[in-house]
Amino acid sequence: MLPFSYERAETLDDARKAVSDGGEQPPTSAAVQFIAGGTNMSDYMRLGVNRPAHLVDINPIPDSSLRTIAITESEVRLGALVRMSEVEDHPGINQRCPMLAESLKLAASRQIRNMASLGGNILQRTRCEYFRETSWPCNKRDPGSGCAAMDGFNRQHAVLGTSDACIATYHGDFAQALIALDASVEILGQAGSRRMRFAELHRLPGDRPEIETVLRPDEIIVAIAVSLPAWAARSGYLKIRDRQSYAFSLASAAVALDLSEETVRDVRIALGGVATVPWRATEAEEALKGKALTEETATKAAEIAFSGAKPRQHNAFKVELGKQTLVRALMDVGQMRI
Amino acid sequence: MNEAAPRPKENMGEPLPRIDGRLKVTGQAPYPADIPVNNLAHAVLVTSEIARGRITALHLDKARAVPGVIEIFTSESLHGDLEKPKFGPASTSIGPLHDTKIWHDGQIMALVIAETIEAAREAAMRVTADYDEEKPSTGFGSEGTETVAATEASKQFKEDVKAGDFNAAFASAPVTIDAEYLMPTHHHNPIELFSTTAYWQGEDLVVHEPSQNVHGWKVEIARQLKIEPDRVRVISPYIGGAFGSKGPVTPRTALVALVARRLGRPVRCVVTRPQAFTTQTYRAETRHHIQMGATQDGKITAFRHEGWEVTSRPDPYVVGGTSTTGRMYDYGSVLTKVFLVKADRPTPSYMRSPPETPYVYALESAMDEMAVALDMDPVEFRRINDATHEPIEGKPFSSRPLMECYDEAAREFGWSRRSLQPGSMRDGDWMIGMGCATAIYPANIAPCAVRIILTDDGRARVQTASHEIGTGIRTVAAQLTAEQLGLDIGAIEVEMGDTRLPAAPVAGGSNTTASVSSAIMKACGEIREKLARAAVTAKDGPFSGQDPHSVVFREGKLVAGNASQELKDIFELLGSGVIEQYSEFRPEATSPEAVSKLYKGKMEMVSGEKGEMVKYAFGAEFVEVHIHRRTREIRVPRIVGAFAGGRIMNTRTARSQLMGGMIWGISSALHEATEFDHRSARVVNRDLQDYLVPVNADIQEVTVILVPEVDKDANPAGIKGLGELGNVGTAAAIASAVYHATGQRIRQLPIRIDSLIG
Ligand SMILES: Cc1cc2nc3c(=O)[nH]c(=O)nc-3n(C[C@H](O)[C@H](O)[C@H](O)COP(=O)(O)OP(=O)(O)OC[C@H]3O[C@@H](n4cnc5c(N)ncnc54)[C@H](O)[C@@H]3O)c2cc1C
Ligand code: SF4
Repeated sequence: MLPFSYERAETLDDARKAVSDGGEQPPTSAAVQFIAGGTNMSDYMRLGVNRPAHLVDINPIPDSSLRTIAITESEVRLGALVRMSEVEDHPGINQRCPMLAESLKLAASRQIRNMASLGGNILQRTRCEYFRETSWPCNKRDPGSGCAAMDGFNRQHAVLGTSDACIATYHGDFAQALIALDASVEILGQAGSRRMRFAELHRLPGDRPEIETVLRPDEIIVAIAVSLPAWAARSGYLKIRDRQSYAFSLASAAVALDLSEETVRDVRIALGGVATVPWRATEAEEALKGKALTEETATKAAEIAFSGAKPRQHNAFKVELGKQTLVRALMDVGQMRI
Repeated sequence: MNEAAPRPKENMGEPLPRIDGRLKVTGQAPYPADIPVNNLAHAVLVTSEIARGRITALHLDKARAVPGVIEIFTSESLHGDLEKPKFGPASTSIGPLHDTKIWHDGQIMALVIAETIEAAREAAMRVTADYDEEKPSTGFGSEGTETVAATEASKQFKEDVKAGDFNAAFASAPVTIDAEYLMPTHHHNPIELFSTTAYWQGEDLVVHEPSQNVHGWKVEIARQLKIEPDRVRVISPYIGGAFGSKGPVTPRTALVALVARRLGRPVRCVVTRPQAFTTQTYRAETRHHIQMGATQDGKITAFRHEGWEVTSRPDPYVVGGTSTTGRMYDYGSVLTKVFLVKADRPTPSYMRSPPETPYVYALESAMDEMAVALDMDPVEFRRINDATHEPIEGKPFSSRPLMECYDEAAREFGWSRRSLQPGSMRDGDWMIGMGCATAIYPANIAPCAVRIILTDDGRARVQTASHEIGTGIRTVAAQLTAEQLGLDIGAIEVEMGDTRLPAAPVAGGSNTTASVSSAIMKACGEIREKLARAAVTAKDGPFSGQDPHSVVFREGKLVAGNASQELKDIFELLGSGVIEQYSEFRPEATSPEAVSKLYKGKMEMVSGEKGEMVKYAFGAEFVEVHIHRRTREIRVPRIVGAFAGGRIMNTRTARSQLMGGMIWGISSALHEATEFDHRSARVVNRDLQDYLVPVNADIQEVTVILVPEVDKDANPAGIKGLGELGNVGTAAAIASAVYHATGQRIRQLPIRIDSLIG
């Protein structure tokens, strides 16, 4: 592990100012980087994948804007330092939007969720094996070196949103619930604060897979805001994985349904484990709107969701699995009693 | 009594809790890398990034620049001070730094030594290499491998067993099957990381390292370092999981010792989890071809089992399970052949039930396929082909409680509720499947020495260089000694895992309980004899003039009829405060020098197939799977196994071994596989995130039934090993349940969603 220095930020201002050399590089290759729960950062530092020279610990910042879960009639605001387990345990969230709580409950292990923050969670980096072991060529870790996964053992890799440079999956579960509900993020940087749609935070790999988000190195995520229509109570997160707990998804689906009788008034669909970024399946949503929710319409929507899939040698099964996961999630959520 | 502590049935010992359990769960058991050592230097391995070729240059400047780096050892540092490891006692003949040739991915290229582990790690990451790279072969299906017959490649593998005229029998069989099965590479991944801590006391070397074979290691480490074996002490009292991975000594150990000598200070090297995937051993992937022929009424007439096993280029490690599969049923005719496929890979080695796990998986899968071909219940099919004599040499089984195991497990499982047709059982969206398979493991035994020190206060200390790898042998040794000497188990201390102690065999082949218990029984018998003799020859004691064999030992006393006398008083008669009894146990079929050879690192293990009778432990496993009709996740709500292993020393530790075995069996069926990048012959999943083993949520009901069995013909103590029985057959039972649920026959492990979908 590279020697590094470590600083505890006492205020939000301290934190954003600690990163003076913002520069043009993405936060993940900046000299100064933030650490929250550290479950991703310290792991990847030990592997030599993340190599910050200086760490700014944002945990000591007392601001309630970073630490509280505030729930109103129409919205929930989640501070970036709220721990995953706090949200999964929150009765209001479980009731008003089960998908949010479930996407967290089904992630990692309880020990990790007690430590990991929501801000860190949405910024977690891919688990691509070739990315995590530094002896392989990897465009994301070492731009221009090539992508070992492309023609290698790519069973866990993405089939949607891939590029010729990178096919790494975005593994986070919570982000699928957020993108489905069109959440927004509050960001504070040296240039002041800004708010953006969560859907705009992550970047497709394209030919620059090392740039994962639109954040600048000095920018801190302060909070996440999610609007909660009444029908978000009819929502769920289905995660399919190689074992029943403590594994990243092979395919997952976050689904919320606004039903009038059998008819779909509105629907939100996001797909995890199969795409390079948090993935909202808008065309599949459109295909369902105004229709009755049946196996047939659900299957049709799933076909549409995966129509652009580009499988590689070992991950071809994810196309069929992804479709089946979505159909199952739609049918399960459709049958929920709320 | 509770589920974890089953009530003993006939020929079973009490479920006493582990005497070291509290130490382990409270983190106080000192594992080798925990031992505090003064002035310690830390070593970190640098491993190759290619699988085949030659190192043309190592660039060390950036690594040397890391503050705290003491030294970097490379192939230029040995100066002939280290012999190459010897395949056999050592895991491989590939030397750690002996030359610049690369035989496999992740081969040791250098060792960085620094004042702190962090500095050593950072420096190790900064070492870069230039290579002259050649195209490597991963294994099956790769170009450039070399296939050789195991009998020709290895002296250890003596023969391809056969019987009768297979070709004729197969050609004329009315029902036949012909199938191939694949089990992938597995890595042991014990939770305790591999480590070596070495220091010198003058000319003497002390090595703290988790080991399943301290005496064997002592001799091989000494040979590599060119010193006398007696100068080496290997200490390994606690082992955090082994499963065979700590059986043969790996190339790192003597190198670390050499570095400690050169630096004149203690050195510790902890191998990282990813490095363990290439510098330690593994289970070779195996491919099996089985042909079976049977009559319409289910009698097998022909059985052929061919196996292909991946090994390294230089070392002919043979898994070779045909000697067990060829003897399993009453086949009529048998033809077997084992081949090695040499590739650019590290040398594989033992992993829990080395031959049986893959070979019985193939055989039992084929048995299930044949039962289907015959439209027959798979249990009944096995009953029809049950044997009293094995078919190869026609020798009788010392006992053969296989069908008792089937019947008990089937009853507990509710096998009669299973419908024969695949895909016929459902629970909503979940397809239900049920399957079963045979477990078998040879009853092996080896020479063993023990010292028991009994003091006049009624306390005893048992010393033997055996190995507590988690099986519970330390507890069993204490329990047996207590029982034999009429003492409370709290009065017994057990010392193990140290070459200063009397020699014991490798903890492998499930021989430990039989071997160590036999030695303890012998030593205790001799102690009792001494004490009883003193008691009956005393002038006017309560036992004067009685037959010494009428005296029994109970609650710290000697007892005969109504009379009793305290141990203390007998010691007084002896005029001594201590009896120090050293005893050697030597199985009948071994040479007179068997025990002295044990001290020299050579073991004569008597395998279950040797002798007038063949000796095996048996079991039957039944499993239920649920598979989602859409997403095809496979769940295992319950598994039931019934096992007969001769005398059971402690029902708690026995159950724990068998339960752990079945869980591993589930793992091998559904989760475990080391994945390779076939372009580079390199391991892709090098940690426990990607090398999956089940978590709690994957394991639901696991039921272990201990079937009472008395088998005095297996060995005088009547003990058969259980440690490697539980995981044999499980994968086949699960594959058969998956077939029953879905109608899909998957012949390649692990069976995952991608095996069943799309
Ligand atoms: C064994 C294991 C299993 C896991 N399984 C799952 C799973 O199944 N599903 C799943 O979704 N996740 C899983 N995870 C990932 C886990 O959820 C993330 O590691 C965790 O959420 C990261 O949060 P953290 O607070 O620890 O982030 P850190 O490690 O502290 O930081 C992660 C990144 O975010 C940046 N960062 C953190 N906070 C902020 C902020 N407020 N503003 C700007 N930048 C910030 C850091 O600089 C860093 O780049 C798993 C992790 C492990 C180790
Ligand atoms: S998929 Fe992306 S992260 Fe993985 S090796 Fe290729 S470039 Fe690197």
